[in-house]
Amino acid sequence: MVTRSGRRAGTRLATLAVGVAVAATLLLGACSSSGSSSGSGGKVTLSYGLWDKNQVPAMKRIAAAYHATHRNVTVNVQLTPYDDYFTKLQTAAGGGEAPDVFWMNGPNFQLYASNGVLAPLTGTLDTKPYPASLVKLYQLDGKQYGLPKDFDTVGLWYDKKLFDAAHVKYPDASWTWPTFVDAARKLTVPAKGQYGTAALLTGQEGMYNTIFQAGGYVVSPDGKHSGYGTPQAIQGLKFWTDLIQQKLSPGQQQMTDTAPYQMFEAGKIAMYWGGSWDAVEFGNNPLTKTQADVTVLPQGAKRATVIHGLANVVFNRSKHKAQAIDFAKFLGSKQAAQIEGSTGTVIPAYAGTQQAWIKSHPQFHLQSFLDELPYAQPLPVSANTAAWNTLEADILTKAWTGSTPVDQAANNQAQKMDGVLAKEGK
Amino acid sequence: MPGPVGTAPRHAVAVSPPPATEAPAPARPRRRRRYRPAALGWAAFFLAPTTLGLGFFYMWPVVQTVYFSFTKWGPFGGHQWTGLDNYRAIVRDETVLSALRNTVYFTLLGLAGIPISIVLAALLARKGRRGVTAYRALLFLPVVTMPAAVAIVWRWLYNGDYGLVNELLSHVGAHRTYWVSDPNTALVAVALVGIWTTVGYNMVILMAGMEAIPRHYYEAAEMDGATGVRQFFAITVPLISPSLFFVTVLSIIGSLQTFDLVYVMIGRTNPALPQTRTVVYLFYQKAFIENDRGYAAALAFLLLLLIVIVTAAQFRLQKRWVHYE
Repeated sequence: MVTRSGRRAGTRLATLAVGVAVAATLLLGACSSSGSSSGSGGKVTLSYGLWDKNQVPAMKRIAAAYHATHRNVTVNVQLTPYDDYFTKLQTAAGGGEAPDVFWMNGPNFQLYASNGVLAPLTGTLDTKPYPASLVKLYQLDGKQYGLPKDFDTVGLWYDKKLFDAAHVKYPDASWTWPTFVDAARKLTVPAKGQYGTAALLTGQEGMYNTIFQAGGYVVSPDGKHSGYGTPQAIQGLKFWTDLIQQKLSPGQQQMTDTAPYQMFEAGKIAMYWGGSWDAVEFGNNPLTKTQADVTVLPQGAKRATVIHGLANVVFNRSKHKAQAIDFAKFLGSKQAAQIEGSTGTVIPAYAGTQQAWIKSHPQFHLQSFLDELPYAQPLPVSANTAAWNTLEADILTKAWTGSTPVDQAANNQAQKMDGVLAKEGK
Repeated sequence: MPGPVGTAPRHAVAVSPPPATEAPAPARPRRRRRYRPAALGWAAFFLAPTTLGLGFFYMWPVVQTVYFSFTKWGPFGGHQWTGLDNYRAIVRDETVLSALRNTVYFTLLGLAGIPISIVLAALLARKGRRGVTAYRALLFLPVVTMPAAVAIVWRWLYNGDYGLVNELLSHVGAHRTYWVSDPNTALVAVALVGIWTTVGYNMVILMAGMEAIPRHYYEAAEMDGATGVRQFFAITVPLISPSLFFVTVLSIIGSLQTFDLVYVMIGRTNPALPQTRTVVYLFYQKAFIENDRGYAAALAFLLLLLIVIVTAAQFRLQKRWVHYE
């Protein structure tokens, strides 16, 4: 994009600045998001921003249900694809033009809340029906900014056919790390290019789970320190790097060229640490549709899985804040959760409304993802999560390829991440 | 300073000064022309769209970027003057140094595309050969293909497990290589795609230069008994040097701004990212992933300076090797 336009318009010296112009477009803020508009006679139109097109029908049905009891409020669903969602939202929020109510995720929440973009939810709030760790994810300085909309946890997906061929018992809740590694060894068949598992270099599906299971943490509870330097975190990372070194997982280069979930779908990987959201993907793939199943994650020093979920939040500069807060609360209600659950796309966060999702793919034991709730730990976040996520991608990759010893990479990560976290406070 | 091929005369933009202040050209004294006010008005009218567009969409953002490079940017707008803080951070940041190194490598590798373009242009500039038009079209096709599409397709070709490149090389007994995720090969692999996408453009410019060379030079050379190769080096190359200069300047500017190929072909958890991350990629990462836009603005400004310096140096050096008829 940048190079190309430079070449086309290359006759002008001024185009030397094409790279600069990218920043400038942003500065000029050519945002087109339409804010709220109020009609006559007390009628109010709220805009509701979200990024998943698969969920638009459910969200529209919820909006209609709200309209049925609040005749003067109409909700307008605004879809922005995820890749542009937060870039656009940031610009729009800066210009006072963000939707009245919109989807928020954990990694971005504190950035928005700490900069005063979000309105705290007021009035009575009943947070008991939601997983406690998710409720906490959307709290800042004792204020609740969003009610959980849905959630996802991570489970152990496995290929039954490969297990049968290797005469290994299917995984279950009794599995521990050693059982897992042992099985991975039996399920690795170099001649067929088949691996026991895949050491994903991702936080949510990979290392955060094992760091928690080893008893470690990624961000300290006060949000000021990185946990990567602790022996438990190093153990959690080493779990994965050992698997690569022992060739029970493909190497990082191979996993970069071909995504591990695709290898799982091609029957080249026997056990895959994946999210509850993978049910849709694996339920559509002709191989995993019949051959795959899922159970809870194996146990380390303790049981743990990463939980994450979205929340509906309210724009602080909304022209109809009172109505927006009321609608956001309705989005967190049991009625809304039931509508959402009936479509089977995501697990609704409201307790007792999840059965529809579990039944959406009867061939998988999706109940496992709910069984993990009592010991689920929230996705680690801070005010500028993206900054240290980039560090993880940079530094931990070296541990995954083996070019840096894992403890050295972990300490390196801890040190740099501490620097990023210290800068956040200012 | 003679402009490169295709450059609009520099003074064309500056209409506004009244004719009285315009200095007469020293070499050939010309009668000072008097512009009628109506004509000036029309000139301004026709030049306005370009001038305003250029000023508003290119120059003003540059000025703003320079300003913002001295500030700390809030993620939701608002900024605060921090003086040279961003520049100090850049000097201390080792990723900047490696990004700069990678960018220079990309640029040098990109220059390798120019000799290839010359040879192709020489072969295809001759009319009457069979299939010349088809080859020209084929070679130009990558230029008009979306860079993101190019990158995705090449990513598949380079794929270590299923890629065509490995498949072909396996017939000559080569080892399996993960071309774009192996730190040793990724930079060259990406740069090759860059060359592939620009060769067609360079070729067209050079071909135009070749077709402008008068036939009789070649006829004279032939009579003197010069071989085709000799003619190529003694006539073609010197006489296309203005086009060559133009192509080199553009190629260097383009390579220094390499971003899209790296963005699509490499990706964030690629083990080869440190060896392929360019300055513009780093700019993107700082501005849009890490929300550090002041720092990114400073980086963009430094890149602009680098490009200006390199380009100015080329204009200086051109006197030694570019021949204008």
